Amino acid sequence: MNNDVAIQVANLSKYYGQLLAVDHISFTVRRGEFFGFLGPNGAGKTTTLRMLTGVIRADEGSASILEYKAGSLKAKQVTGVVPEMANAYADLSGWDNLMLMAGLYGILAGVARERGTSLMRETGLYPRKDSLVKTYSKGMKQRLILCLALVSDPEVLFLDEPTSGLDVQSARLIKDMLQRLNANGKTIFLTTHDMEEANQLCDRVAIINEGKIVAIDAPEKLRMAVSGMHSIEVSFDNVVSPEVLANFSGVNTVKKLGDKWRLYTGNPGELVVSLINYSSSNGPKIISLNTLSPSLEDAFMALTEKKGKDA
Amino acid sequence: MPDIATVLQQARRSLAIARKDIRIYYSKGPVIIFGVLFPVFLFLSFTIGRHLSADFMIPGLLGMILFFTATSVSPIVIPWEAQARTLERLMSCPVKIETIIVGDILASFAFGLAISLVPILIGLFLGITILSPFVFALAVILAALCFACLGTVFSIPPTNMPSTVNMIAAVVKFPVVFISGIFIPLDELPAWGQAIAYISPLTYFTDIARYSIQGQGHLPAALDLLVLLAFTAIFLVVATKLHQRTMPKRI
Repeated sequence: MNNDVAIQVANLSKYYGQLLAVDHISFTVRRGEFFGFLGPNGAGKTTTLRMLTGVIRADEGSASILEYKAGSLKAKQVTGVVPEMANAYADLSGWDNLMLMAGLYGILAGVARERGTSLMRETGLYPRKDSLVKTYSKGMKQRLILCLALVSDPEVLFLDEPTSGLDVQSARLIKDMLQRLNANGKTIFLTTHDMEEANQLCDRVAIINEGKIVAIDAPEKLRMAVSGMHSIEVSFDNVVSPEVLANFSGVNTVKKLGDKWRLYTGNPGELVVSLINYSSSNGPKIISLNTLSPSLEDAFMALTEKKGKDA
Repeated sequence: MPDIATVLQQARRSLAIARKDIRIYYSKGPVIIFGVLFPVFLFLSFTIGRHLSADFMIPGLLGMILFFTATSVSPIVIPWEAQARTLERLMSCPVKIETIIVGDILASFAFGLAISLVPILIGLFLGITILSPFVFALAVILAALCFACLGTVFSIPPTNMPSTVNMIAAVVKFPVVFISGIFIPLDELPAWGQAIAYISPLTYFTDIARYSIQGQGHLPAALDLLVLLAFTAIFLVVATKLHQRTMPKRI
């Protein structure tokens, strides 16, 4: 196996009864890469992550973490996991949770104390380290769960929706910490349905839909690959009906976003001229007008909807 | 076949899991109710007013308390952890499912052993004499381990409701208490009653406890120990094999 490869997945599949939840997926994650795994709810993200972390067994195919078979003790030893919706032990203190996790990874007590102190300071939990976890807020619990995943100083980190439902400060703290970890050489596998998060953090993303991988590439390349998804965001000083906007040449879709309209088009230059002409010839006055490139969300929607229609 | 280093590594991690269980689950309501209060009240309701000797009462009381306490922790830990969403984290750690099960068994074993000291001390206070202390100690340790292993068998069905597991356990535990020579000695049971009694591991502990305290049992002491050992091995193998199948279904 290539030493540059951190995660290797080949034809991995999982059935739940008759349902093929993960359908023969294959991909590779390089060492030190920040890899995003995107998909709508029920697409197979969590099932894939659970197979890679050894919580459930694959029905077909194979996967390896570094050079070890996924799910083996050696693979688990080099892996840190932040599972979706996981909790720390509510009846133990944050510190005791950390020391328990260190014990389960066979970390020496002195090293565990040093790392535990450093992690709790970095996440702002140190002043509450001896409080029971049941007294922590949701953001504090999630920061603790990240500490639990890091106490063994893993080479590969798996995170399943780590910032889902968190307050802005906790989400920012976790994202900043993940960026620092990645900069220090950790391989990170992140499942999320937050496009902005994936766009900010990931070197490459895979998009999974209905158990199949529909695209793998850098976020920027995925955005650029979506043709016809340029858009213009425009607001007027008076009411304009969507039918009027839809009648402009080259407009594919019209969406109302608060007091603004977003018009999707394959030819943004021509549409800008048409809008200005419309406004200057007795139409409502334009308050603001912005041209937008396709976002990762647009790429995601295009790729997942296309597959849905094809199916 | 795992090497010695892996076995020792996993044994240390089982101890870490047992320590966690002791800190979290010993004080849980179902453990206190089903593990301590219930056997005491059940025993009192059957013995008060019957003018039984301490020599007869104490082995039965000890057997029942040991049976209930050692089977009170191990069945609830896994469903409780699945419900509290701590199980997936545990399963993603570098520990085998056997390691998790053995950790839970050790916590239940220690609970049974610690609480069983109470009826033993009561017995000594009432003037009983332990005629074979070594055999007695061996039997208490082996029975606590056997019953703790049985506890993990109760939690094999992949339900995440501790109350459902307790119901399954109660359906098995109550009949077992009545067929194990606690309230009626084996010698006084009819042949069919004795045949049923032999399928209960508690029978063999009660018998060896009577041998250790009263000086005579229904079966040879060595046979009692051997059968307890066999039950322990069977429960352990069944629990670890079947939990490997059902534990991922809890996630």
